[in-house]
Amino acid sequence: MEGELGLWGIPLAIFAGAIRVSTPFLFVSLGECLTEKSGRINLGLEGTLIMGAMSGYAISYLSGSPWLGVLVAGMAGMLLGALHACICSLPRVNDIAVGIALMLFGTGLAFYLGKPFVQPKADILPAVEFGWWSDIPQVRAALQVNVLFIIGVILAPVILWFLRSTRWGLILRTVGDSADAARAMGYDVLWVRLVATVAGGFLAGIGGAFLSLFYPGSWNESLSSGQGLMAIALVIFARWNPMRCLWASLLFGGTAALGPALQSVGVTQGYYIFNAAPYVLTLAIMIATCSPRRNLAGAPGELSVTK
Amino acid sequence: MTFDKKISRRLALGGIAAGALTTALPMRSAFAAKKVTIGFIYVGPRDDYGYNQAHAEGAAALKKMADVKIIEEEKVPETLAVEKSMESMINLDGASLIFPTSFGYFDPHMLKMAQKYPKVQFRHAAGMWDKAKHPANAGSYFGYIDECQYLSGIVAGHTSKSGKLGFVAAKPIPQVVRNINAFALGARSANPNATVQVVFTGDWSMPVKEAEATNNMIAQGIDVITCHVDSPKVVIETAERGGIMTCGYHANQSKLAPKGYLTGAEWNWSKVYTDFANQLQADKPLPNFVRGGLKDGFVKTSPYGALVGAEARKHADEVKAKMASTGVVIFKGPLKDNKGNEVIAPGKDYDQFDLWLEGMNWLTQGVIGSIS
Repeated sequence: MEGELGLWGIPLAIFAGAIRVSTPFLFVSLGECLTEKSGRINLGLEGTLIMGAMSGYAISYLSGSPWLGVLVAGMAGMLLGALHACICSLPRVNDIAVGIALMLFGTGLAFYLGKPFVQPKADILPAVEFGWWSDIPQVRAALQVNVLFIIGVILAPVILWFLRSTRWGLILRTVGDSADAARAMGYDVLWVRLVATVAGGFLAGIGGAFLSLFYPGSWNESLSSGQGLMAIALVIFARWNPMRCLWASLLFGGTAALGPALQSVGVTQGYYIFNAAPYVLTLAIMIATCSPRRNLAGAPGELSVTK
Repeated sequence: MTFDKKISRRLALGGIAAGALTTALPMRSAFAAKKVTIGFIYVGPRDDYGYNQAHAEGAAALKKMADVKIIEEEKVPETLAVEKSMESMINLDGASLIFPTSFGYFDPHMLKMAQKYPKVQFRHAAGMWDKAKHPANAGSYFGYIDECQYLSGIVAGHTSKSGKLGFVAAKPIPQVVRNINAFALGARSANPNATVQVVFTGDWSMPVKEAEATNNMIAQGIDVITCHVDSPKVVIETAERGGIMTCGYHANQSKLAPKGYLTGAEWNWSKVYTDFANQLQADKPLPNFVRGGLKDGFVKTSPYGALVGAEARKHADEVKAKMASTGVVIFKGPLKDNKGNEVIAPGKDYDQFDLWLEGMNWLTQGVIGSIS
């Protein structure tokens, strides 16, 4: 029968799901990667993600331009990032505690401001058709990729190059590994961390805009359901390496798609287990990679969790 | 109990004051309808295009009534949090009737509160109130929306080209299962070969999973999708973008899918809530167990979309007319579940009010899916 793929639908669905679901993970983890490389953890990115989703959707609805929405979402993320960095610049402030506070603040603010936008239907971002070569409608549907995903994929090696091979990247890493050394060299540690946190917030905000403006493409209060937090865990799993953030995001996207994919081809027993797959995967990898004998490889020395 | 003391003191003071006033001058308000405060608790946001919005619209109808004060709280999880919400409604706002609208509020939270506050009335949407087991000041109400799902199924069965229908469901609880089965039976009354593929997302609001489920079903050649989640917005919009047809749920979502929206099953809670409020104001005992379908005005269907053909309209309208007059038995024997076991013996009819149906834990023939 035409239009039927049967069991071949499963790998295709996981592949398609990986592309569709991974983008917010990717942006948040890249942003967090930058911030953590400067020696600070911003746990508030879950709030930033939701704030970005809300502001992006709201601006797209009010202005009719989804791209303007993406920009405003990024700017909202920058503001929250700047707030985090400024508070953490004060002496003896714990960045993790501030992050949790900002996560709740961002979430609450987005719910409060986003109330009038739950119902309206905003313009959403267009998809780019990469499946023109295929006759199979499922393949074509799977390859409807959003530009933001492509930007994210390009951004990962760019950030890696930035961190490894540029002077600014070196400054960032110095600040992250040893604040004293950076100070001795005459760099303003707080200023570098401010820039890194603001940049991280910008990326997380854009990740949020992807959620509300492309996939699933609608604003409501359970939109994120912890994706921002999972992305922060992803950074540790990816060992602060932007390229590994990309692979990890795709893996998480794929496992998130596993539950619905198996059920829709008729594998219906035990769907609770498949739905829990991303969390099981996180646990399994954490257990497999942690060791009491050695430090986390690649961890910035100034990070308060490793200090 | 400190609370009882407080109330009795307040009542006593009020009584003295009122007594003093009535002796001094004739009170006008004493003859007007009783002032009542009614509390509503929702599990999600009030404007979600879905379950909570349907209840909030019902509550909004009460706001127009004289001397009825409505207090609402949204996004209350199905945990101890709902008990705190109920206590604050009772102690701080003086609510005398509370509607906790979400499934998980009933047992144990609402039952516990009903025992603690015997003077307050509690009515739950969908809970299985049992006279022998549960307090007399508790109760439940629900609409047989599966009748509308059956009608949606008929329309979907006629309109689908592939004969493959999809159902995005939250949790495998009896109300959801009953909707799935009614949808499937309706579809198979129109097209005996129709199948209904079910995907359970695991919770009431999982936007990313709902979108994934919808996209995967489109990839499997399914061309009509309906759902039972808190907010059908994501499912309906994703299906519309994927170029397939949809049947709505909870409220009218035709605006979200101008092309593919066929029809939908909607609540009409304002009728139920107005009845309760009138009885409360008139000091009449509130019924403990309220159920009703199309005939009683508890539920309604969305107007047909452009893609619904003449044959489908005729078939659905006939059944609907019969439901509104004499009633239609949806679940009748012989009926097998999707594993081939007989669940309803030949000749056995379960009419809509039969409580056996409210414990449904099987999927009918033609449904592809599993509730475990």
